[in-house]
Amino acid sequence: MNLRRDPFQAIADPTRRAILLLVASQSLTAGAIAANFDSARPTISKHLQILTECELLQQEQNGREMHYHFNPKKMKEIADFIEPFRLMWEARFNKLESVMKKFKTKK
Amino acid sequence: MEQKTKVNAETGKQELEITREFNLPLELLFKAYKEKEIIEQWMGTKVLKLESKKHGSYQIETTDPKGNVAFRANGVIHEFIQNQKITRTFEMENTPFGVQLEVYEFQKLTDDTSRLRMRVIYESVEQRDQVLKLPFAAGINFAHNRIEEIMNKIK
Repeated sequence: MNLRRDPFQAIADPTRRAILLLVASQSLTAGAIAANFDSARPTISKHLQILTECELLQQEQNGREMHYHFNPKKMKEIADFIEPFRLMWEARFNKLESVMKKFKTKK
Repeated sequence: MEQKTKVNAETGKQELEITREFNLPLELLFKAYKEKEIIEQWMGTKVLKLESKKHGSYQIETTDPKGNVAFRANGVIHEFIQNQKITRTFEMENTPFGVQLEVYEFQKLTDDTSRLRMRVIYESVEQRDQVLKLPFAAGINFAHNRIEEIMNKIK
């Protein structure tokens, strides 16, 4: 598996999370994004490539310029992945509660 | 509706936190973690061994309807303070998920309500995310059906 295409891997990096926050409010060119960071331009380009590969960012040609857009749909997929885990615990705890309530009345 | 069970898993961290408030007195909530027979009822697993004390250990096992072992896990108990706190490790046997450290804190809210805060620390960020992504869907439906059955019996 190519780890770079894993969106979870992609958002584990603090610089990439900062890029997502920037682009979430408006689409920007690579140059405009890089201007917000101290890192070297090729480093930022690499981050943009990873974010694009895992579809958290989308590219759009705008005249001569390439703009980067935020992809909220993909981001929601990531937010949703915790929900099944939460529901599993919710179900377990509900069960715990009902078992112990019966225990209480038995006493 | 406010969610009863909350999971907080910050991106890029190797830990997560689960909190839940129960309509149970603190003593009953703690008992649900202390006694083998009770754990078996709500976890739906067989408890092969449980020593609820400092330096104790435990092992649990789940079997499929044919009786084959589907899941086995074990750990050691580092701290056991009655009605307050349990610190233990948890490891799923024969899986690549490593060992996790679990800290359970039990808190009294009122005479009839209590809160559990459970912190889980994994060996790495990658391992935590892998565990979060395990296919839970089948297990959830199973648990929901069981809850419905139990609730119907109570009515």
